[in-house]
Amino acid sequence: MKNLIALLLFLGLSFGAAASEGVELQEARINLSDNDSLQRGAHHFVTYCLGCHSAKHMRYLRIALDVGVDQKKMLKDIAPEGASIYDQLHSAMNKHDAEKWFGVQPPDLSLIARSRGADWLYSYLKSYYIEPGSPRGVNNLVYEDTAMPNPLWQLQGEQHAEIRKTIWGEYTKLVIEEPGALSEREFDRFVNDLVNFLVYVGEPVQLERERMGKYVIFFLLMFLVIAYLLKKEYWKDVH
Amino acid sequence: MKPSRLSECGNWVLDRFPVTKFWNEHMAHYYAPKNFNFWYFFGSLALLVLVNQIITGILLTMNYKPDAKLAFDSIEYIMRDVPWGWLVRYMHSTGASAFFIVIYLHMFRGIMYGSFKHPRELIWIFGMLLFVALMAEAFMGYLLPWGQMSYWGAQVIISLFSAIPVIGDDLSLWIRGDYVIADATLNRFFAFHVIAVPLVLVMLVFMHIVALHEVGSNNPDGIEIKESKDPWGHPVDGIPFHPYYTVKDIVGVAVFLLFFATVIFYMPEMGGYFLEHANFIPADPMKTPEHIAPVWYFTPFYSILRAIPDKFAGVIAMGSSIVVLFLLPWLDRCPVKSIRYRGGIFKKALFLFVASFLALGYLGTQPVTPVATTLARLFTTIYFGFFLLMPIYTRWEKTKPVPKSLTKVLSLEEKLHTLEEQLPGLIEEITEKKPVSTEIGDPAFKGAFFSRRPNPEGMINVIRRAAKKAIGSLD
Repeated sequence: MKNLIALLLFLGLSFGAAASEGVELQEARINLSDNDSLQRGAHHFVTYCLGCHSAKHMRYLRIALDVGVDQKKMLKDIAPEGASIYDQLHSAMNKHDAEKWFGVQPPDLSLIARSRGADWLYSYLKSYYIEPGSPRGVNNLVYEDTAMPNPLWQLQGEQHAEIRKTIWGEYTKLVIEEPGALSEREFDRFVNDLVNFLVYVGEPVQLERERMGKYVIFFLLMFLVIAYLLKKEYWKDVH
Repeated sequence: MKPSRLSECGNWVLDRFPVTKFWNEHMAHYYAPKNFNFWYFFGSLALLVLVNQIITGILLTMNYKPDAKLAFDSIEYIMRDVPWGWLVRYMHSTGASAFFIVIYLHMFRGIMYGSFKHPRELIWIFGMLLFVALMAEAFMGYLLPWGQMSYWGAQVIISLFSAIPVIGDDLSLWIRGDYVIADATLNRFFAFHVIAVPLVLVMLVFMHIVALHEVGSNNPDGIEIKESKDPWGHPVDGIPFHPYYTVKDIVGVAVFLLFFATVIFYMPEMGGYFLEHANFIPADPMKTPEHIAPVWYFTPFYSILRAIPDKFAGVIAMGSSIVVLFLLPWLDRCPVKSIRYRGGIFKKALFLFVASFLALGYLGTQPVTPVATTLARLFTTIYFGFFLLMPIYTRWEKTKPVPKSLTKVLSLEEKLHTLEEQLPGLIEEITEKKPVSTEIGDPAFKGAFFSRRPNPEGMINVIRRAAKKAIGSLD
């Protein structure tokens, strides 16, 4: 019996170790109450993503209300020209062209943060590197042979992959070969704002539900106390 | 005094409709054993979750569109644009998982205290039918969001029918209404999920409760309380369900809702177990996900399916893993009901069964590897061994004498009180006292101050004693 338990524990541990293989993801700092970051993220999204990707479950009005931007300012500074405040974030590219150019239609990004996770998106957008000979000239460490060309290369610059050897084994390090318009720190913040915005877009109600949860749980605790006292009173005469 | 108009109205109804009789029969004059413990909350909680699912389900259908082109988007519409839609949707999705948690615990209670045994076999059968109906309900409901996991999960499970020889392919085609999961499948699953299966569920719940109230509830001691009655014909060890158990169940409801609300408001995805990450991608018939796993509550059975190398044999094994549960009242030959008075062999077998069920559940969420398959086979063997060897091992069980009347239950306060008494001794044992040597201060106080430090030896002793007690309780 003891041996069996030890065996199971051992196997359980080895499973856990096997599951954590793959590229190590970098951590995105998600803060949905940081309205400045969300506003910047919305701006980046419209500038750099909306050309190909839609976020069709989101409306400009909802973003304006949630991240605290005036509706006029939203239309002037963030939304593309000609958009109405009630519009959803539709992309300008049509399906037919998209399939001709990229092989697939770029996915809608409304829920991308919920299916992929913030850390994955953050690492993915930072992990492009030059690979001569590949169809787009670039590849990605996190998502190999991705169909998306690097949309942020002008900001980040061009990276190339270097294989480094340590006593623990080999790993790939991305090194900036040719600097872009932003410094490394500025670029990190840029991607982080964008991912923060995508996390918000994934579930716009997140902050509201967390705020509401406190009151619900407080009410239920009070209810529990009263229910328990009532039960105790009724059960006094049961021996 | 003349009765008021209102009470006259009430009496007019009562004279024509047996509300009072029904209330008395099932609530006020229904005598339940007075020693129900923690495990007896889950029946009423299952009813609560059922009501939650029906109400939130009705609200969801008001904005959901059962159409392959619109379904996924309509869910996001509910989540974003419908007022309170997100809350209703999370209550429904969390409710589905909560239903299975509650039902698994309810079934475990039944097995542990022998509630399935004579004279309650039919209650168990109705309960098992409910479990099967619930699985069908959950399976069909899971297709409706039309995400990748909905789609491919249904694809895998429906294709299992095609493993049946001769009629298999035609049967699965008939179930889907198309060659793959498609709009036709979504529509019929919607019909089953919102009306057909819920009707069956409600009817079965009614029969489950009627059957229970006919023979009376079992209890943690596994004694028939109807065998000793007072001069008025009421069981000595029984108390009326209302008000005693209604007020008690409200406490259970409050505790349950605390957990339920925590999940809804703070972790609705439950780390990808209640709402799977891949299900936030719309269904794409051209793109198979790398790793298809059913929702957590089906994974033990899915593991059994995968453990068998042959597809058809796997389907039979998965089906049998549920069929054996139906046979439980006739597989168990031990005359003693409650685990409290049963022999060590049953306790050990039950422990192994629960452990293998949990392990199968975990393995079902993981990708297939040779080691995982071997383990799944081992646990599948234990799962079936628990049931199929039962007629043999329960026959030689060395049972303990069953008392004539119910044993006393300690109330929460009494339990806390004993804990309070034991706590100082326990702290004394796991820490050691050392005088504090201070340079500063009055020398007169030297040695007057002590500090407590953890004592590893004492801790090991305490753990060893607890482990010994735990192992001893299996005899």
